[in-house]
Amino acid sequence: MTDLAVQLPDDAPHAGPLPGVPRPDFQIVPRAGLPIVAVILAGLVVAIVANKLWPLVFLHVAFGAAWTIMDLFLGFVVGPVMRRLSVPARIELTTRLMPRMVLIMPTVVTVTLAAGWQLGQLMGTVNSSYFLHGWIVASYIVVGCMAIIALGLLAPANVAVLVELRKPRPNPLVIQKLMKRFIYSAGFTGTMQVAILVIMTRIRTG
Amino acid sequence: MSERALPPVTELGMASLALIVAGGIYLVSYLPRQVPLMPAVVLLAASVLLLAVNLFTLSRVKGFAWRRFFEVGKWALLAYVIVAGLIEFALVRDGMGGGPLLVVTLSLLVYAVHVPVLTAFTVAQYE
Repeated sequence: MTDLAVQLPDDAPHAGPLPGVPRPDFQIVPRAGLPIVAVILAGLVVAIVANKLWPLVFLHVAFGAAWTIMDLFLGFVVGPVMRRLSVPARIELTTRLMPRMVLIMPTVVTVTLAAGWQLGQLMGTVNSSYFLHGWIVASYIVVGCMAIIALGLLAPANVAVLVELRKPRPNPLVIQKLMKRFIYSAGFTGTMQVAILVIMTRIRTG
Repeated sequence: MSERALPPVTELGMASLALIVAGGIYLVSYLPRQVPLMPAVVLLAASVLLLAVNLFTLSRVKGFAWRRFFEVGKWALLAYVIVAGLIEFALVRDGMGGGPLLVVTLSLLVYAVHVPVLTAFTVAQYE
């Protein structure tokens, strides 16, 4: 998973509030998005219960593509652009984008993996007798590595940056420290997405 | 920013997650064949141990921002319990049962507790 947040310039003050930077009001988890997430997860449950090829392929491919594209685009395109923005512009973008990512990324990841597992059961590709089983196991390992980094480092940093920005006097050093952790994690998961693309296209072509 | 001496909660948490991920990959890699459960059980036990150590060492930190920790942790717990429930549902739906299901269920329990702990800790440590 890759998200974005504020990275302060190297000459940022070492403590105290963000100097003269207005912060828009925002919700860390946008409540308006929760019904949409609920509908998507309900659709996932229906697809798993129905166990039909098309809904499972649709959910796995559509959400998997969204996951990969978001990771690569946010990590390697929007991230570098954001670093060149002024601090107020970065804060504006962060407080509008990152709360949405708090909902979007876990949903996209859950749907991709659950639909993918059910699809593998239906098609028999998760069976150890499948002729490309080694590639399937490789995908488990890559996704496992991404999950550990995303769950342990990236997502907590995402939430922590938002909580810090909601404080009356956000600490620039805290934000900078969390962002350093965040950017390294995002680079790692973005690179892993390239490996997922290689594995999935190899499996698809047989 | 003053740095407080805090236990390595994130590092231990990630190690714990890595252990259950490894156990899960081991189990599903051999499907639909039966495999010895012992390696997965050992990995799960080690993961549970790390979770227990993490909670114990964190509980001994003086002046920790527990209010913020629980404020964030309860919502994160709700979210990850839902995700873990979906995974469990898919596995039960596919006919997994017996020992493998027990190991995976306990692994999901560790996941559903440890990830919110990591999120809540990351937020609360800067209060």
